[in-house]
Formats: sequence, C-alpha cells, structure tokens
Amino acid sequence: MMHEVIVIGAGSIGTPVAMSLAERGVKVLVLDSGMSSGQGNNKCAIGGIRATHSDPAKVALSLHSLKTFSTWKQTHGDDIGWFMGGYTFVSYSEEISRSLKSIIPAQQKAGLNISWRSAEEIAEKVPGINRRGLLGGTFSPEDGSASPMESSYAFYRQAVRKGADFHFGETVKSVKSGDVFTVVTEKASYSAEKVINCAGSYAREVGAMVGVDLPVYPDMHEAGITEPVLRFFNPMVVDISRSEGSANYYFYQYSTGQVVFCITPDPPLQGKGREETSVFLPQVAARMVKLYPRLANLKVRRTWRGCYPQTPDGTPIIGQVGPEGFYAAVGMCGQGFMLGPGVGEVVARLVTGESTEEDTMVLNSMRLDRTFAGTEALK
Amino acid sequence: MATEARITRHPVLPPLSDNWVKFTFNGREMIGRKGEMVSSAVFAGGEHVFGHHHKDGGPQGLFCANGQCSQCTLIIDGIPLKSCIIPLEEGMVVQSVEGLPSLGDIDPPEVKAPERLETDVLIIGAGPSGISAAMELGRSGYRVVLVDDKDRLGGKLVLQTHKFFGSEQDCRAGVRGTEIASIIAGELKEFQSVDVWLESVVLAVFSDGTLGVRRPDGYKIVKPRQLLVAAGAREKSLPFPGCTLPGVYGAGAFQTLVNRDQIRCSERVFVLGGGNVGLIGAYHAIQAGMTVVGLAEGMDRCGGYKVHADKIARLGVPIYTRHTVLAAHGRESIESVTISAVDENFKPIPGTEKNFKVDTLLVAVGLSSVNEFHAKAVEFGIPSMLTGDSEEIAEASAAMFSGKICGRKIANSLRGETVEIPADWLEKAEVLKSPGGAVSEYRESKQHEGVFPVIHCLQEIPCNPCMTICPKGLIITSGHPVKGLPQYSGGCIGCRKCVAICPGLAITLVDYRKKSEFPTVTVPWELGDWVVEKGQTVTVTEWEGETIGTGTVISLKAAPGFPSTMLLDLEVHRSIANRVAGVRVQKSEVTAPEKTVPELPVADSAIVCRCERVTAGEIRQLLREGVRDMNELKARSRAGFGACGGKTCEILIPRIIRSEGIDPDEITDFTKRPLFAETRLGIFCGREEDE
Ligand SMILES: Cc1cc2nc3c(=O)[nH]c(=O)nc-3n(C[C@H](O)[C@H](O)[C@H](O)COP(=O)(O)OP(=O)(O)OC[C@H]3O[C@@H](n4cnc5c(N)ncnc54)[C@H](O)[C@@H]3O)c2cc1C
Ligand SMILES: Cc1cc2nc3c(=O)[nH]c(=O)nc-3n(C[C@H](O)[C@H](O)[C@H](O)COP(=O)(O)OP(=O)(O)OC[C@H]3O[C@@H](n4cnc5c(N)ncnc54)[C@H](O)[C@@H]3O)c2cc1C
Ligand code: FES
Repeated sequence: MMHEVIVIGAGSIGTPVAMSLAERGVKVLVLDSGMSSGQGNNKCAIGGIRATHSDPAKVALSLHSLKTFSTWKQTHGDDIGWFMGGYTFVSYSEEISRSLKSIIPAQQKAGLNISWRSAEEIAEKVPGINRRGLLGGTFSPEDGSASPMESSYAFYRQAVRKGADFHFGETVKSVKSGDVFTVVTEKASYSAEKVINCAGSYAREVGAMVGVDLPVYPDMHEAGITEPVLRFFNPMVVDISRSEGSANYYFYQYSTGQVVFCITPDPPLQGKGREETSVFLPQVAARMVKLYPRLANLKVRRTWRGCYPQTPDGTPIIGQVGPEGFYAAVGMCGQGFMLGPGVGEVVARLVTGESTEEDTMVLNSMRLDRTFAGTEALK
Repeated sequence: MATEARITRHPVLPPLSDNWVKFTFNGREMIGRKGEMVSSAVFAGGEHVFGHHHKDGGPQGLFCANGQCSQCTLIIDGIPLKSCIIPLEEGMVVQSVEGLPSLGDIDPPEVKAPERLETDVLIIGAGPSGISAAMELGRSGYRVVLVDDKDRLGGKLVLQTHKFFGSEQDCRAGVRGTEIASIIAGELKEFQSVDVWLESVVLAVFSDGTLGVRRPDGYKIVKPRQLLVAAGAREKSLPFPGCTLPGVYGAGAFQTLVNRDQIRCSERVFVLGGGNVGLIGAYHAIQAGMTVVGLAEGMDRCGGYKVHADKIARLGVPIYTRHTVLAAHGRESIESVTISAVDENFKPIPGTEKNFKVDTLLVAVGLSSVNEFHAKAVEFGIPSMLTGDSEEIAEASAAMFSGKICGRKIANSLRGETVEIPADWLEKAEVLKSPGGAVSEYRESKQHEGVFPVIHCLQEIPCNPCMTICPKGLIITSGHPVKGLPQYSGGCIGCRKCVAICPGLAITLVDYRKKSEFPTVTVPWELGDWVVEKGQTVTVTEWEGETIGTGTVISLKAAPGFPSTMLLDLEVHRSIANRVAGVRVQKSEVTAPEKTVPELPVADSAIVCRCERVTAGEIRQLLREGVRDMNELKARSRAGFGACGGKTCEILIPRIIRSEGIDPDEITDFTKRPLFAETRLGIFCGREEDE
C-alpha cells in the first residue's frame, strides 16, 4: 500500500510528527517495533519541559511544545499531567553561579521568563532545601512537566483521529530509495514518497539503511519514581554540579504527587541497554538527600533505565538527509520529550514545503552538515 | 492488661509476651505489645480503617499483612510507613492517612555508600525450602546468605498452627507447622557458613550480577555466584464490588493477625475458597474463638483435602459448593457479604443469592509463585534456581525436599563435582505434592465389641503418620506407602496414639469394653478445654458433618506426647458410636443467612487495582477501545502503577481479558521493573531502617 509518508519510530518525536502531518491531511504510516506508542526512550523520560535553553533553535521548538502541552487538556480533553511548576537550576558553587548567570541575559532577550534568585528565594520555592552553601539559582516559572506516557498516548490518539496509521510490533529492516521508498519490516513491505527517521536510539542504524551516517550515540541513564505525597515543592530542581561517578541530576514532583528523578552518569555510559544497575539508587539517593534532606523519607516505588540519543554537540539533527525525500529527526539527547511537539510541527511543515522563517533558522542550526564542535551550556 | 480485640486464650498458641506500651492512634490512647506490628496493635484497639484513599475517599485497611501492598500505610511519628512491618514502640504517634500523606522536613542526614559483599549462594526466603537448601549448602561448606523479610525463620510455617501431613520420617507429619519452623530453625544454627539475614528484603536483581537487600542496619549490595529463589507464593484475589473494604483480606493476612500476633480481628468470618488454605483458615478462626458463618467454593467439591473440609463441616461450618461471592457490603468496613449459586459456566444464578452478616471475608482463591527475581536473574545471566512454592505451589513437606534437592544441585554446579542426590528424595518431593485423590465409599464398621479405631479418611492424600505411630503396626495400607488409604487390620490395644497424631483429625477410637450399650468414643480435640465441660451433652456428627445425635462428655485430657492436642471422651449410644467423627460447636442459627439480600452494585464497579482504585469497568472500556498492550493499559488506567507494583492486579486483569473473549496471546505483557517493595530513598545512602 502506498503512503505519502512513512515515519520510522513512534517515540517522543515520531508520534507528534505523525500527528502534525495527519493534522495537515498527509497520509502517514508509522512503524514501530514496540507494541504501543512511546515504548522506547519516550517512556523513560521523566517529563521535564522547559523553554529556557541557551540555543535559540531549541528555545523556538520548546516554546511550540510548551504551548501544545499546556493547552492539551483544554483542547483535547485528555489529562496528560501538565503542571507549570517552573524550573530551578540551583547553585552551591561560585563557578556554577557564574555559568548559570552568564546565559540569563540572552535568554531574557529571547523573551524567556527566567531570572537569578537568591538562596532565600530558592528556599522558598523548594522548602527545606539544604541551605548550607546554597548561593541561589535560576528560576523560570513558565516551564513545567507532563507525563511522557500519557502525552504519547494522547498524541497517538489525536494522530489516529486525524487519519494516521500505526503498525506496532514491526521493526524496519531495510529502506530502499528509488522512485518511491520501499520500507521492509519482518511482516510486510510498504512504499512511500517520503520517509522520516525518528528511530531514537536506532537512528544511526536506520540512517545506514539509506547510506547516511547520523552521529547519534545513545548513552544510558537511570530514573526512578516515588510514592505520591502532598505537594511540597513546585519546580523541577536541577543540580548541574559534578560528583564522583555522576554529572547532573534532576527531579520534580509530578502532578499527582510522586517525585520523579534521574541522574547522568559520568563518564557517560554508551549503549542501548535498558537494564537496571546497582549503582543508580545509591548514587542518586546520596545526592538528592544531601540537597533536599526530607526526600530521605520518601519511598522509592520503581526504577528504570533508558537512553539519551546523544549527538556530539548535544543538539538534535533535523532535516533532509541522504536521498531526496528522506528526513531525520533524531539525536534528541536528554530533551526529546520536551522538543517532541515542536519538532513535530517543524518537520511536518518541512515535509509539506511550508517551512516558516523561524523553521529555517531552527533547521539551519540542526543541519547534519554542521561541525558538531560546540556544546550547549545547559544540555 | 489485654484489650478486647486480643485472643486471650488459644488451644495451640502459647501466650505472647506481657510487655505493654502506650501509643496513640488519631489522638486516642491505645495499648499494644512492644515489638508487635503497629497494624496489629491498632487492630487490637478496635480500629480497622487505616485511612481513606486520595482518589475516591474509599476506606483503606490491612490487606496482605506481609509488607507488600502498602494498603496498611499509617503516619507513624510523622512518616508514612507500612504499619504491618513496623514494630510498635512506646509513645508512637500514629495517624490514619486521609488522602495523600505529607512529607515532613528533616535535618540533613549523613550520607554514605552502601556496603558491597560477595557470597557463594544468596537464598531469597527462609521458609521450609530455603532453610532446607541452606542446610545442604552449609553441609558442603558454602558461604550462604539466607535472606528473609520476617523477624523469624520458617516462612509460612510460622502461621500454621495445625498438624502437617506427609510422613513422620520424611517431614515430621503430625507436628504443627509452628513447631516444624522452630525445629528446622534450630537445626540450621549448626551450619556456620550460613549467614541468616532476618527482617531483610531483597529489593531487586541488577544487571551487574548483584542483588539489592534492605537490611535493618542499612542497604547492602550482594554479589552471589548463584541465586536461589525460595520466596514462596503470594495470594491471588478476586475482583467483586466491595473487595477493597477493610475486613476483606487474604488468608495469609488473617493467619498473621490471628496466629502470629494473636489478634481477635473478627467475630463473624465468611471464607471464599475451598482449597486447603481456605479450609484451614476457617479452622484457625474457630480455634481463635470466632464464628465461621460459611465457606463458598466455586467447584462441585472443595479442592482442598477432604479431611480438612470434613473437619470444619463437623464443627458446623456450612460449605456452599458451586457458589461464589457477588459483593461485600459496608461503608467503612465490611458488614455483610452476598453469595450466589453459579451455573456450569460459573455465571451467578439469579434468585439464589444469600446474604450473611460478617465482619470479615477471607479470600483464599489460590496462590501464585513469587518468581520474578528468577526471571530477572535469568535475563541478566545470573545462575539462578527456583524452589518450594516459588517453583510450584505445593506443600511445606514437598518444599523441604525440593529445597534439599536444589541445595545439592547448586553444591554440585558450584564445585563441578557430584554430591549424590538420593533417588528417593526426588520421588518423595513428587509424592508429597500430590493433590487429594478420589474419595472411596464410606463403610460403617460392624464391630460392636472391644476397642478399635475408626478411620474417617477416605481420600488418598500424601499422609501416613497413623501407620507409623501405631506401636503394633495395625494400621496398614494396600496402596502407596505414603498416599494409600489407611486401614485398620485388627488387634487394637487402645493406646489412642493414632487419634492424637492424625493431622486430619479423622480417626476416632470406639471402646465397648466398659459399657457395650453406651461405648466411649474418643475424638481428637483442638479447641481448648473451655469450649466443653464434663457432663455436658454435645451434638455429635458423622464424618462429613451430618448431625447424628448427642453424646455426653466424660473427660477431656491432653494427649501425652502430642502438644496442644486433647482427647475428648464421649459417651454415645451404640447405634451411632461407630459413625461419630466429631462434635458440632456452631449452632445452625449463628450461621443462617439474613432474611433479605441488599441491592447489589454493578459488577463492573469492582476494584481491580486497589492501589490506584481502578475498576473492572475502566479496564473493560480500554480493552473495548482496542488496547492490547499491557503497558498502554496500565499507563492509561494507572492500574499497576501503585505501591504494590502490580502484584494484585496483574493476576486480575488477565481474567477480565479472558472474560472479554480476547485471546491472551494478543496481549503483550508489561515490563517488570524494580523495586520489589517500596523503600525510602534515604536507605540507599546509608540511613538505617528505624531512622
Ligand atoms: C532517564 C531519562 C530521563 C529523561 N528525561 C527527560 C525529560 O525530562 N525531558 C525530556 O524532554 N527528555 C527527557 N529524556 C530524553 C528523552 O527520553 C529522549 O530524548 C526521547 O525519548 C527521544 O525521543 P525519540 O523519539 O528520538 O526516541 P524514542 O522515544 O526512543 O523513539 C524511537 C522509537 O523508534 C522505534 N524504532 C527504532 N528503530 C526502529 C526500527 N528499525 N523499526 C521500527 N521502529 C524502530 C523505537 O521502538 C522507539 O519507539 C530522558 C531520557 C532518559 C533516559
Ligand atoms: C493456610 C495454609 C495452610 C497450609 N497447610 C499446609 C500443611 O498442612 N502441610 C504442608 O505441608 N504445607 C502446608 N501449607 C503450605 C506451606 O506452608 C508452603 O507450601 C510452604 O511454606 C512453602 O515453603 P517455601 O519455602 O516455598 O515458601 P514460604 O514458606 O512461603 O517462605 C518464603 C519466605 O520468603 C520470604 N520472602 C519472599 N519474598 C522476599 C523478599 N523479596 N525478600 C526477603 N524475603 C522474602 C517470605 O516472606 C517468606 O518468609 C499451607 C499453606 C497455607 C497458606
Ligand atoms: S497490609 Fe501492610 S503492606 Fe500489605
């Protein structure tokens, strides 16, 4: 059967891409190895959503996403757990204060609601946070969080309502270009005018099917969730300082009361594994409890592991790559969930030839043929 | 100083300590035993409602009494904790959880990395199978870490006050479960290389070949060369409207309250399920002085051993076969239960409903193996084995053999040599697992002189202590030495040992030697010497509980050599003497149904996921929308996202799937993730359990 567009991967990116395409009336088929939407890295994300990046392209994408997340319930009815609790990057060292403060002016100039707050103010936002050595932090009240799982199913249902097809339990084995693309899975063969690679951790493998080398190297991150308790703090708390074995970690209280948390191993652990390790809980617990003592009494319910599909410079790769009609929306690093709806719109406009000026700016900085030399301040 | 809701006398259990402490529950002063679980102390104080759910305000209470479900969460000194695993201390301030609990501020604690250690074998679970395996490994000198979440060794044995089946020589048949637990716990002490970790919970198996264990003195990470999962079984449950009301719980929880903590948690009990667990639960309730108003079983006959069913029928418990529970009624806790007859497709038959006033409904509808650690270990390439109920639901007697066999197998694989595994162990492990066989026809003894035993045991089960105890070897079998039906071959000397040892209480002794018109019938008695008195006229029944007349109590004496077993001598007319098998203690008035049946809630309002309060109707709706991935079903309904990690609903949801006519193969399973039991974050960075 002939489709206009085949999307490979129904993850944080593929599902909203399909939704945006379907909303534009494009006949789209989504193929995913999982048995329902968002079963790859999407469901491993903890759900943080912020527009307060330092890269203008990410800011633009996230602002679109934020609009989708924050208005979803009003527009479509399903509760995706959106909560506007803000983000705070806290600082216990001069060095971190300096680097956090250095990007605020540009962010403010981009119209983002973010500012530096004193230790007192941070302690008000995060009552009971360890005050010893706390120097303050950034606070951006309009950022927030939502459930990656509920969101993915909500986007999926909207895509289906608008006519998108999803085939689950099918892994794409090969993609052949020609007059049309032939996409082969273990169950069937499909043809389409255009193909979009949204394969997350497997972006590189799928790129290789059409001879494009996409520098996406997943690294593994573990996360956990606690029992629910009455709300005691609002923002996503991010600590970007390093400790032995780990870089940053972040946590927030979900809309129904659970605290969700994760940590970045240092050095990064490359791979696609999703199995839990004995390192995670002691590592993250020590840092969270030191920062926010009362968390010691909160019961951990479940832990899991997923990947950041990482690029060398921490910025995604979005655009036309390889043979004509083949696109990639990959390398989302630790931000694919929050970027998803924004990326969905930009990619849908790109595919249908309706890119805006802002889209062109975004696509330009996320080109494959860039040097991948820079690193973003807050990746 | 005991309060009302405590068992002050018990025919089998020794009295517990007299160390009383004061605490408060919702501001009310209460008294409890120091060290008993907070939940038990609150029950003893007469409170069964532990709070109200944040989602719909539904009342919450104890459910598993086993640290697994979190339904018993109470705010203890400011922290929300599972009260069924927190020992009571003087001065504790305990509060119910109304909606979501709040999390109080604390001072910054010290943090430190957990200890990591290595061992040859890590055994999860110190029930009969785990202990038996540990002994075999200890015998070969292996370093074993034997972990159990309870405060004493023995697993389920410590809750079993009845005498066990099997054979005397192989597995101490005729001895009570509680005593077997102390005996094997004592034997284990001899093995120096076995390190026992009590009150310790295995939380997870990790891909780096380690297991995380929460010990009272902190979190430990253990790397074993071999894992043995002897974690037993968990109880299944059933979804019906009212199934989450306080007062509806599993047999294990009931036994924990009654037999371990000696709480008089109920007055009137109804039992759902006629397997051994339900039948014995009913018996334990009567021993504790409660009324069992009935037992419902879906099949044509009880699946448990017939001697167990007969034993409670004789005491006056009506057994409703081909019946099921339709609903439990009550506002804050169960007040009554409605049952009905079912047709051959297990559909309730309208018009057959009966309603009973009760304060407890015991749900005993089967067990499922706790084998998830094994599955993870296999996934991660850690050598692992299953034993006991974790491998296959059976009996403690079989579990001991399967544990021994596993112990030797592991010893062999670790060293690459061969310790012999006796062939008869394998055979015994099989025999002892046998379910009850066919029932033979009852034949009344025609003998009316002398003294002789009457054996009211007509179903083949793996049990033969009557044959081995008879000093003259007069009880024999023509069948299998353990399973064959016992037969009396003549020549009785009247020692009454067979009466005292029979775990099924299915042997009486009839003595015509003194009075041939009114012979003496000796029946075994385990209800205490306060229930009947000398000279009293009692109602006697035949083997299956049919009333056949009366008898007069001549004496009630302890059976020497058989702890807590008494022998009751009755004077009975010769016309019925040979048929007398027991004494009825519950009058039919107390077990009669109510005159009217309350209006029944719709079946779909039954809660399937008790943690997140998700109903059967909600699950059905999603299935009808076409959801087939359990991950999606769970994410969208939230069933299984709660505190217990889906331990209850993962068994119930497949039933709904089947009832929707969906092929289970269409459904993809969800991915299991740690932790096995919720654990405070601080524990992972050096805090201790009681901090
Ligand atoms: C612990 C953790 C916390 C995180 N927290 C956040 C957060 O707070 N906020 C945030 O924005 N991001 C977060 N992330 C990052 C986020 O999860 C990822 O960036 C995002 O999920 C990537 O989206 P994706 O669509 O590229 O990949 P995925 O969501 O993994 O989707 C890719 C899909 O492609 C499918 N697929 C791959 N190959 C094939 C094939 N050959 N055939 C068929 N199907 C295929 C896969 O099955 C998968 O479903 C976190 C990640 C982790 C691990
Ligand atoms: C009501 C009832 C009546 C019975 N009557 C008889 C009878 O008459 N005769 C007979 O032979 N058998 C009887 N049994 C069966 C017998 O009790 C079981 O078959 C036997 O105890 C199984 O032994 P096990 O070693 O496999 O498991 P268990 O005895 O269940 O022991 C498992 C242990 O592992 C612990 N555990 C589980 N998970 C963890 C974890 N993550 N961390 C730490 N510890 C953990 C459990 O708490 C438990 O202590 C009866 C059972 C019941 C419920
Ligand atoms: S009743 Fe305490 S955890 Fe289940």
